[in-house]
Amino acid sequence: MTAKIEVAALSKSFGDHQVLRSVNMSVGSGEVVALIGPSGSGKSTLLRCLNLLVTPDGGRVRVGGQSLDFGTSSKLPGTASLAKFRAGTGMVFQQFNLFPHKTVLGNVMEGPLTVRRMPRAEAETLARALLGKVGLAEKADQYPARLSGGQKQRVAIARALAMQPEIMLFDEATSALDPELVGEVLNVMRELAAEGMTMVIVTHEIAFAREVADRVVFLRDGVIVEDGPAKQVIDAPQQEATQAFLSHFHRQRDN
Amino acid sequence: MYQWDFSFIWSYRWLFVNGTVVTLLFTFGIVVLGLAVGLFSGLLRLSRFAPLRWLSQAYVEVFRCTPVLVQLVWFYYALPILSGIEMSATTAGVLALSLYGGAFYSEIIRGGINSIEPGQTEAALALGMTPSQSMRRIVLPQALKRMVPPLMNQSIIQLKNTSLVSVLAVPDLLYQGQAVAHDSYRPLEIYTLVAVIYFVILFPLTLLVGRLERRLARAD
Repeated sequence: MTAKIEVAALSKSFGDHQVLRSVNMSVGSGEVVALIGPSGSGKSTLLRCLNLLVTPDGGRVRVGGQSLDFGTSSKLPGTASLAKFRAGTGMVFQQFNLFPHKTVLGNVMEGPLTVRRMPRAEAETLARALLGKVGLAEKADQYPARLSGGQKQRVAIARALAMQPEIMLFDEATSALDPELVGEVLNVMRELAAEGMTMVIVTHEIAFAREVADRVVFLRDGVIVEDGPAKQVIDAPQQEATQAFLSHFHRQRDN
Repeated sequence: MYQWDFSFIWSYRWLFVNGTVVTLLFTFGIVVLGLAVGLFSGLLRLSRFAPLRWLSQAYVEVFRCTPVLVQLVWFYYALPILSGIEMSATTAGVLALSLYGGAFYSEIIRGGINSIEPGQTEAALALGMTPSQSMRRIVLPQALKRMVPPLMNQSIIQLKNTSLVSVLAVPDLLYQGQAVAHDSYRPLEIYTLVAVIYFVILFPLTLLVGRLERRLARAD
């Protein structure tokens, strides 16, 4: 399996606070990796470095055929090369971040129209197909404000997929949802994983990570503490920090 | 008791009409130019490059922290001497009032753009947009909607400020009123009428702003 994503010696500080400490990670093509860890562990920052919404201080990020280096010696990549890099990665946010001034269809068409310069008719066909895929074909002409949280997040997934990305990044995609709406979003993610999409998922849904992810990576204080097959890391964590973090989940499950 | 007599005013009607037209054209010019300057300055304020931000802030503060009447007089009397470029009273008036309004528009535009959640920009960038595409397609359309009421309010103030150009002998509504007052020796009627004309133009506009503000509050 060739690596789709490769991260080498990645580091990032916010002021004096070092959030990522020389992180190395690779994700194979079609692999689903869940990033778990306590808040402040750097998992969201790591995810945001993968599409450069956060600019690393040092190290290298490669996604597919595109690779960018960061560090004192190399010049920071310009806005055009950053945009090109990001166009190949889809991201789904905790707060959905749908564009409120555009309809559901407009949200999904926005990337293909503006970034890919796709003809409008073609973009619309693509967008409608993707809305069908996430089960929201009939909501195409609504504005986001009229949707439930779960529907919003499914539109956000369709919007990201419209760029036909090589990888999909999920930043706590279900954390802002009412419990009864989590399932519909997880179902869409489960389908994507089954289709062979390469995915990196920051999540608190340990049961979901165990079920869907191939691998689980546990981070703490900006360091990868444990990295292994999902069921192994979650059911039988080797490191003390991982055990402590998962103890709450295990207690809940055993009851 | 003063005996009001408006009957003579009809013979001066064209002066009032001309003055009102000049006032409206003047307002239109300084609002359009001011918005252009304000948008430019507001975007500079949000630039990644610190010197551009300082430049914009310096401009805004200079024009916000000096009286507009002083600016008008300075542009008309001092600037031509410093620059060696002669300018008419109208040019000086348009320049001073546009820059004055632009400083306030700049702050409204900056505030409107800042009021859009950072998540919107992040989502746009994540799709692969450049920062300028994100600004044009995602942030500005949303910000503009929020800016409309305060921009209209500022434009109403701008219309009132045009009355100051009468000190440079620009033949606006107030200047024509003064001329008629000198000619007719009936300043009470004349200045009352001038005030009424301003009010009749501005009151519907303030009602409109109020309605827009309420509609916007409902939409959020």
